Amino acid sequence: MDVIFIQLLNGLDKGAAYALIALGLTLAFGTLGIVNFAHGVLFMLGAFCTVSVYKVLTISEKVLDESITFFKAYKEIPYLETWWGETGTMIIDYAVPISIIFAIPIMILVGIIMERGLIRHFYKRDHADQILVTFGLAIVIQEIVKHFYGANPIPIGAPEIVSGSAAIGVFLGLGENLVYPWWRMIYFVFSVVVIGGVFSFLKYTTYGMVVRAGMWDREMVGMLGIDIQRRFTVVFALAAVVAGLAGVMYTPIVAPDYHMGMNFLVLSFVVVVVGGMGSLPGAVVAGFMLGILESFSSMNEVKQILPGIDQIIIYLVAVAILLLRPRGLMGRKGVMED
Amino acid sequence: MNSQSKNKDIRLMAIFSVIVLTAPIWLEPLGASYPALLQKFAIFGIFAIGFNILFGLTGYLSFGHATFLGVGSYTAVWSFKLLSMNVIPGVIFGTILAGMLAVLIGYVSLRRSGIYFSILTLAFAQMSYNLAYSVLTPITNGETSLQLALDDPRIFDAARTASQGLPSTELFGLKMSGYPGFYFCAVVLIIAFYISMRIFRSPFGLKLRAIKSNQTRMKYIGFNTRPYLLWAFVISGMYAGLAGSLMAVTDPLAGAERMQWTASGEVVLMTILGGLGTLIGPIIGAGVIKYFENIFSAFNENVLHNIFSFLPDGLENVVVQVAGLFVGSGWHLTLGLLFMIVVIFLPGGIVEGIEKIRARFRRTSPASSSEKSE
Amino acid sequence: MSDFKKFNRREALKLGVAGAAFIGATPLFFNKDAWAAGFANDPGNSKSVILGFNVPQTGAYSEEGKDELRAYKLAVEHLNGGGDGGLMHTMKPMNLTGNGILGKKVEFVTGDTQTKAPAARDSAKRMIEKDGAIMVTGGSSSGVAIAVQGLCNEAKIMFMAGLTHSNDTTGKDKKRYGFRHFFNAYMSGQALAPILREEYGTDRRAYHLTADYSWGWTQEESIKNATEKLGWTTEIPVRTPLTQTDFSSYITQVINSEADVLVLNHYGKNMNDSLASAVQFGLRDKIAKTGKKWEVIVPLFSRKMAQGSGDDIKGILGSTNWNWSLPDDASKAFVKSFANKYGFPPSMAAHTCYVQTMLYADACERAGTFNPAGVIEALEGHKFDGMGNGPTEYRAEDHQCFKDVLVVRGNENPSTQFDLLKVVKVVPRAQVEYDASMFGGDLGPV
Repeated sequence: MDVIFIQLLNGLDKGAAYALIALGLTLAFGTLGIVNFAHGVLFMLGAFCTVSVYKVLTISEKVLDESITFFKAYKEIPYLETWWGETGTMIIDYAVPISIIFAIPIMILVGIIMERGLIRHFYKRDHADQILVTFGLAIVIQEIVKHFYGANPIPIGAPEIVSGSAAIGVFLGLGENLVYPWWRMIYFVFSVVVIGGVFSFLKYTTYGMVVRAGMWDREMVGMLGIDIQRRFTVVFALAAVVAGLAGVMYTPIVAPDYHMGMNFLVLSFVVVVVGGMGSLPGAVVAGFMLGILESFSSMNEVKQILPGIDQIIIYLVAVAILLLRPRGLMGRKGVMED
Repeated sequence: MNSQSKNKDIRLMAIFSVIVLTAPIWLEPLGASYPALLQKFAIFGIFAIGFNILFGLTGYLSFGHATFLGVGSYTAVWSFKLLSMNVIPGVIFGTILAGMLAVLIGYVSLRRSGIYFSILTLAFAQMSYNLAYSVLTPITNGETSLQLALDDPRIFDAARTASQGLPSTELFGLKMSGYPGFYFCAVVLIIAFYISMRIFRSPFGLKLRAIKSNQTRMKYIGFNTRPYLLWAFVISGMYAGLAGSLMAVTDPLAGAERMQWTASGEVVLMTILGGLGTLIGPIIGAGVIKYFENIFSAFNENVLHNIFSFLPDGLENVVVQVAGLFVGSGWHLTLGLLFMIVVIFLPGGIVEGIEKIRARFRRTSPASSSEKSE
Repeated sequence: MSDFKKFNRREALKLGVAGAAFIGATPLFFNKDAWAAGFANDPGNSKSVILGFNVPQTGAYSEEGKDELRAYKLAVEHLNGGGDGGLMHTMKPMNLTGNGILGKKVEFVTGDTQTKAPAARDSAKRMIEKDGAIMVTGGSSSGVAIAVQGLCNEAKIMFMAGLTHSNDTTGKDKKRYGFRHFFNAYMSGQALAPILREEYGTDRRAYHLTADYSWGWTQEESIKNATEKLGWTTEIPVRTPLTQTDFSSYITQVINSEADVLVLNHYGKNMNDSLASAVQFGLRDKIAKTGKKWEVIVPLFSRKMAQGSGDDIKGILGSTNWNWSLPDDASKAFVKSFANKYGFPPSMAAHTCYVQTMLYADACERAGTFNPAGVIEALEGHKFDGMGNGPTEYRAEDHQCFKDVLVVRGNENPSTQFDLLKVVKVVPRAQVEYDASMFGGDLGPV
């Protein structure tokens, strides 16, 4: 029972990341018709917002380390700590939540620059060109990040207070062995909030309504005299923010490196396809579903029956869906069906 | 095909053969004339030619061709381990097995087109890669890579090679490392290029192009496109398998990362960079990328300082800093930028670029000469 | 497919024959045979000699690779008479003059192995074929080291292995031209076992998470054998892909297993990630189903890894080839030299690479030639001291160095920022020695 429950949690957690990334991807595809291979990079940039905030917070002065005698060693003491003592330490401890505040405007900016500078010119080109140019862009952005931050993962912890794990087993009366890291639960809740936010934005604001209308029939909306270009920019920026936030919150779970986006990119495309190209609810449902499937298939009991299944389950589902129901779980009839 | 264009093709083949076979000479000034790199030019040339038959002619963008490359490599190494160090069976088996897998993957993937096709091939590629890394380790040796071992059976030439140490791959006694290895690959490249040329010129190639320009119309006139697409897919898969087995020929070792989707991305880059759908473009693209990878990535600060030593000290450091971004481990940045520039400004790749320049010269030079004559 | 009739088989054949004839006619002059001289890449009358430093600059082990490169550069500086000379003051026997090797200035080329065997071989090939490197060194992954060692052996170029810990490097896959200074998984097991008995008793059940390649396999085997001799039992080991970054699904199963000791056969970033997952899931504060407290062991431990894991490593036991805090003169001299140049002490990866370069140079001096035949002879059975590990011997039978092994623990109260590992015990060489034939393999001819 414990095992099942914890795998379920694990799956929800993985699914949360998949859903968030896939949401932005399908948003851009549904409205703009853009196949964005640089979307994984946005996720990575979000994570590096956290890294940057952390680096800024820990800008340090070099103090000669007296404890080391046989060579000149320097200790780095963050200015925040020298100025504010305990408060400074606490601010550094909260680097991840703090970076959410910074990540939103930064990701909006990144989204706008990317859309205006490059993506816009590719709306009319075919999908292959879009894939290629965004693939190139992804390489370029990755390399720039690598140049400044190095090729190695930079671990940044969650705030001290939530870095441990919660005894949910005791709470639910399922036994002591069932614990789950706080931060992973926060991640799940956070993703639900973000997803809810995006949906309500699209559903309850006029702005969102137009965007949805654009997903339905782009040309018609254009003919109605609505400044489509500007809305497109906004949608792209929104997609960037969602991916970026997913990245920010992910840093305590896996230390970010410049390549993390690529690892998620293929998966998130699969999620989008399974959910249905351009379907927002589909992306979310498929994200969680695949996360849970992956989690259960990685159980030793399952692997003993079907060795290697955990490595391919997601792709198997994708192939099956594409062949049997090409429009995806919740895709609209006629979209990308041929 | 009339005799004139036939003559033209023969001339093209002759020129191509000469250029390929004399590569060790004319690449010398570029610092690229050493066997390992020359072999790679030829091998990736073959890979890209094959990929171009699918992507260039039909417009179907596969993101999974590295799978076939990997399968070709693994098969060839197994052939060296089990049968003989002679490269011929390795190459043949590698190509055939890759072709068989291509039939399977192609048959399924080609039920969809456009981006769905790309994602299907991507999914298959990831599956193969993940499996090669995990449960298939008895066959692939996983991360350690599949290598020759002293106790391999090698049933056909165990007696001959058992004498000492690890044997090397050979073609009837001719060692396949170093320059002989390059010439072997070069000859295969020339043959592969010839076949590709014939496909381009054949009615089959014409039909593939027709599919690219308007598949719906083809279908409406009662034309079943799928067998043609499948053939194109399988042929390009076999090219990839051939390239993979040649990699094993020149260096009998096969690793799973050859199958990673980013490796599939690389061949896409090569084809686009050189010139999609052109005969010679993919080979140029493959050459340029492999050249960058090997020469640029080996640059370090010392080399840069040497290059820019003519500049004043302060400026030299700045220039070296900036240039350092693009070489060494940062050569991917150069690649990414180059690639974006090509996709944005020069969709026809380098070949189109050359043609444009040539056209400009042709346009301006008569004009200038006429000016002079006046 | 009637279309294919258009392919004229005869034409293709003709072309192939023509191509083959062309090759036959190709003048031999540009078939320049590098091996024609006395030995491969003979520097001859050249004023300098080139070494190839082949290290991971990207990939899971890149942090170690960069430190290795720093050490190599330092070694070259010292060999050419620059810097403070480092271990040249303590090395015994010492035949280096600070005037390069055999009077030739030492130059180097670098390459990125990307922590992948094929890429590493490509890079090594370039060094040998294009740059004319007389010796190749590097590593940081046993898969890579074994692959490059094989290549060098075939090209008859010396390979001085960097950080590689698999038993296979000097066991099953040993080669005449390959030499390893670093210790191996078997030694780790032998060195750790007594300490493990002292600390955790004889009634334990181990759960192995193993990086799925040569090194992981042999380390898992060595630790399993060593601990089972203590009376421990072992769960079915679980293999993890080297590319794995999120280990949560593995760790949850560890927690729900019947074991009470987690052995992480992971290195570098891999270990940082798996340990982070274990800590996140509260494994280290938990009581296992056996009623004992969960313990974690990292058999191959380094300061770089400790740095990557931060507080998580406190109290964890492991073994290491060398640590900068060692009190002997050689270690001190090396740390001083390295730290003054780079601002922090060297890692064990840096140490072994530096030492390997020096040993190679010294062997050339002793042999009086760069000819590998002579150098190999000079290295085989060579006994030396003053390199930071105490008296050491390059065993002739398998080209493995035998020396003391350190058992370390993640420091609970670091006194300085670099003081992350505490040496628990220096295990004497005799305790980790084994018969050369134990792992099979064959060095092959010179």
